[in-house]
Amino acid sequence: MGYPTACFHPISMRKENNMAEVLQFTFFRNALMAGVLVSIACGIIGTFIIVNRLVFLSGGIAHAAYGGIGIAYFLNQDPVLGAVVFSLISAFGMGYVSRKTRERADTIIGVMWAVGMAVGIIFLDFSPGYKADLMSYLFGSILAVPSSDLIFMAVLDLVVILTIVVLYKGFVAISFDEEFATVENVPVNTLFYILFALIALTVVITMRLVGLIMVIALLTIPPAIAGIYFKDLKKMMIAASLLGIVFSTCGLFLSYAFNLTSGATIILVSGAAYGIAQAGKSVCDRRKAREKI
Amino acid sequence: MNIDQQKQVIRIKNLWAGYGTETILEEINLDVFPGDFIGLIGPNGGGKTTLLKVIMGLIEPTRGEVEVMGKTPQEGRCHIGYVPQQVSLDHDFPISVWDVVKMGMLGCRGILAKVSKEDEQVILTSLREVDIENLRNRPIGDLSVGQRQRVYIARALVTRPLILLLDEPTASIDPLVSKSIYDLLNKLNQTITIIMVSHNMDAVSSYVKTIGCLNRKLHYHGTKEITDEMVDAIYKCPIELIAHGIPHRVLSPHKHEERE
Repeated sequence: MGYPTACFHPISMRKENNMAEVLQFTFFRNALMAGVLVSIACGIIGTFIIVNRLVFLSGGIAHAAYGGIGIAYFLNQDPVLGAVVFSLISAFGMGYVSRKTRERADTIIGVMWAVGMAVGIIFLDFSPGYKADLMSYLFGSILAVPSSDLIFMAVLDLVVILTIVVLYKGFVAISFDEEFATVENVPVNTLFYILFALIALTVVITMRLVGLIMVIALLTIPPAIAGIYFKDLKKMMIAASLLGIVFSTCGLFLSYAFNLTSGATIILVSGAAYGIAQAGKSVCDRRKAREKI
Repeated sequence: MNIDQQKQVIRIKNLWAGYGTETILEEINLDVFPGDFIGLIGPNGGGKTTLLKVIMGLIEPTRGEVEVMGKTPQEGRCHIGYVPQQVSLDHDFPISVWDVVKMGMLGCRGILAKVSKEDEQVILTSLREVDIENLRNRPIGDLSVGQRQRVYIARALVTRPLILLLDEPTASIDPLVSKSIYDLLNKLNQTITIIMVSHNMDAVSSYVKTIGCLNRKLHYHGTKEITDEMVDAIYKCPIELIAHGIPHRVLSPHKHEERE
């Protein structure tokens, strides 16, 4: 298989390496817009993933989604549709396991994670024809985001924001203290499955940006950094969304400037920021501890 | 005590419960009356938390009946204020004291119900009642264990409960702070029925009205004395009891012994 399609290949385009000039290209503007839209959903849903410790489960959903892509290819359907359906199924399956199994839920999720991916690969083996663009689902294809995808992302953002705003109290209650929420007759299970569904949908649109292998980074790094500085869920969500926007924008420009795979560049920018934030925190903590003495 | 004329707030008849195939509670019978302040003691793994969870409908009994305010636990639990064991909660969670206490406003009203100005007043009153009004904007992670316990009690109070269930309210809290929490519970007991689970014998014995011993089976006679029968039946309870310095007598006098 060839290289990820996300790299900038046209040499002529890079001749002057002018950052402003690149904005003239529709594909780059689309890419920036996609970064913004995806970051909003990731910031909100990622915050709930972090505080509910659902990072592993979300990773599982992302990888299992590949099964849907494979099946959709085999059936000559839109791979994104396959990914949506399959990630929803795996989200409910893994969610069910994590809620019902008292022990070793992570083992079962790990199995589903790998099996989902394997299903995708086998179905692709059965599918005839050229499959190079499948790499774009693994590593992202932010530079080939059509306008229709942008609309899909915007709609999903709207769905995420509306759901969270309307059900906010319930989501906070189940995240912080599930038992207390149950005693208050909050529909805990329903809310958790809504959350799993939102994670699945967010995973699918994030896949467009950085690829399903790296989805988990964009879902977790911005809220993780936000969580260091904000001890309030709402602020954490807003900060995480803004950080995601900054990371994806910086990542895109850097990938252009140095001719790198855009998804990986965005992740490395995020990872570097995470390292700096953690280091900054431990320095601050130490200083505070010293002041107390 | 004229218990026949009172209506039980909690009624448990021949209850068996456990997790999966493992039975933890056997043959539990318990009647709780309005105004009771019951301390349940027993060894770890004796089923104290399990019993509370059964009462709240978090665990389905394998056999027997549970009624809360004459209803099923799922309906009756709306009258229960629950103060969970602190270790079960994530204190890194990004949430303020105010927002934790506000959770009590869910109070079986549905998650879509708005928090009104009056509701905020109720939250404020609860915070004052447990004496942590000044901490309301602090993140929960910044608080001491004792302060957090007050937050969870305030949250339970906001639900306007008829019954308060507390799971190890003074675990890992120093004696002075424990005392203030027990004083608070005593004050609340004027209007609210309380069941408290603990392995901290000395404190329990001096504040509650009645004591029960739970080690798979429940030994409860609606008295404050731990009888010989309890001691015999639940070997582990009296061990703790003897080990701690007890402020006053909870063991019934032995036959050959004179009263002090």
